[in-house]
Amino acid sequence: MAFRSPSLAMLACRLALLGGIAVLLLAPWLFDSEGLAVLTQFLTLLVLALMWNLLAGYADIITVGQHAFVGIGAYAFYGFAALAGVNPYAAIPLAALVALVAAVPAMAIVFRLRAAYLAVGTWVVAQVFMLLAGKLPGFGFGSGVSLPIAVAQAFGTDPAGRYTTIYLLALGLAAVTLISTWLLLRSRIGIGLTAMRDNEEAAGALGVNIVRARILCFLWTAPFLGLAGAIITLQNLRISPPASFSIIDWTVFVIFNVVIGGIGTLEGPILGTALFFVLRAYFSDLGTWHLIILGVLSIVVILIEPRGLWGLLRRVLPGDLIPVSHRRAAAAGAVRAAPERFEPQPPA
Amino acid sequence: MADDFAPLLEIAGLSRHFGGLKVIHALDLAVARTEILGILGPNGAGKSTLFNLIAGVLAPSGGAIRYEGRDVTHLRAWDRCRAGIGRTYQIPKPFAHMSVFENVLVAAVHGGGAGIRQARLEAAGVLERTGLSAQHARPAGSLTLLDLKRLELARALAVKPRLLLLDEIAGGLTEAECGTLLDIIVQVHAGGTGIVWIEHVIQALRRACTRLAVLHGGAILADGLPDAVLADPRVKHVYLGT
Repeated sequence: MAFRSPSLAMLACRLALLGGIAVLLLAPWLFDSEGLAVLTQFLTLLVLALMWNLLAGYADIITVGQHAFVGIGAYAFYGFAALAGVNPYAAIPLAALVALVAAVPAMAIVFRLRAAYLAVGTWVVAQVFMLLAGKLPGFGFGSGVSLPIAVAQAFGTDPAGRYTTIYLLALGLAAVTLISTWLLLRSRIGIGLTAMRDNEEAAGALGVNIVRARILCFLWTAPFLGLAGAIITLQNLRISPPASFSIIDWTVFVIFNVVIGGIGTLEGPILGTALFFVLRAYFSDLGTWHLIILGVLSIVVILIEPRGLWGLLRRVLPGDLIPVSHRRAAAAGAVRAAPERFEPQPPA
Repeated sequence: MADDFAPLLEIAGLSRHFGGLKVIHALDLAVARTEILGILGPNGAGKSTLFNLIAGVLAPSGGAIRYEGRDVTHLRAWDRCRAGIGRTYQIPKPFAHMSVFENVLVAAVHGGGAGIRQARLEAAGVLERTGLSAQHARPAGSLTLLDLKRLELARALAVKPRLLLLDEIAGGLTEAECGTLLDIIVQVHAGGTGIVWIEHVIQALRRACTRLAVLHGGAILADGLPDAVLADPRVKHVYLGT
């Protein structure tokens, strides 16, 4: 029986994942506007978690400044949709583009630093972006500004329709983020990133261009963070430096979620973000307590299993839930068919 | 080939100092493609530091390294690997959460420059060759030390090196396993790869190497045919303690 339970556990995890996907796909029919708003928040935080995990979990870029790109996306979306009069739907990808462009000078600063200095450096860069956003004319300066009604109504004339549209945009973004990140990790670059995650020096010595991989990851995350920023703006219907560039909401919680769920895996950020929303739903009445519980939980998880809750589950499970790994090709069996030529000699 | 005897690797005046400690000091060494050069030396002689300098993990304090006639002194580790310098680590550095197969795949894809499809075949072949096929699906972190050393060799071979740096891979092997290892090394060498092999198992070096060098105090103390070097009184003094 013992050998059957891992595959049963796997089946349970697969069913949970499929069930989750089904609920997300059917959500517009299952939930009211309030429920959809919570799910939209979940999906945007999931995108942020997947991106932070790619940077910190694989490329060893422990950033504490990813809220910068969320804020830049938010401000760019507002700028295009409300000030420049661009079609609001077209303003969303333009926000991603601006985030990508902003990542280039940020990278030049950030990549001169390593480890703790890098963390401090990313935070400083993010704060600078936030302060600059507060100086922009037309964006309401330090107190921010609401989205014009016309822009909001482009996504639905009644609030219920708008909530559904924004939810579907968030769902699309999360799906694209997850699938493209999965494809990235499956690619030859991803094999190198996974190797870097496990041992950076050995990865470099075996030919993985670590600098190029880091640059790619940094530039990869920026547009997704920008898109998340645009969707967050749509949902909140306003921008402001402290909210759009919120380090607590878009970086600190995200770090908690990834660490609790399991850093350096694709499943960890999903699990961690889902858990965060469950905890918040049940413990939000307790106010600050739910944050204290979150903090204690993250410390406990790190002490028990550095690879998070997914790392704990992975001890029982026979494989990855979302398979990133490469298995030996079937052709290897053909080589094995002629063993006497290649088999090592048995120990004497 | 006409340049068979031209140096594959040329090291001139190489130094690496850690603070006041001169681990490698004014070291000169040349290795041809036709050679299997064994490197002996007491603990702390600077053997692994020498490999880290050749592989590009450490930057030298002075001197130059030329590989295939080109100055690689300031090339990054991955560029040197892509240029054909493969190395193993004395203390294995596996990708612990990746499978044994994927560990080798990383080297075949990045160091060897193969596409994934091609690299998969190469990786499976290298696992056969190094006796790791049965372990292909296991996480590398769960291997025994001996298998980790095999994995070090497998990854270095998957790079398809033209210069192979082996750092103490024969320790702890049985007679038969050591025989298999020597077969692999001779076979790789016959394929046109120059080999530099740091090892304490003198019998293994004696059987495989075309030349021996003894490293002592960060410089080459003796260099020549294996039997002549092992018979050198200075070598006996510093290395064998007699």
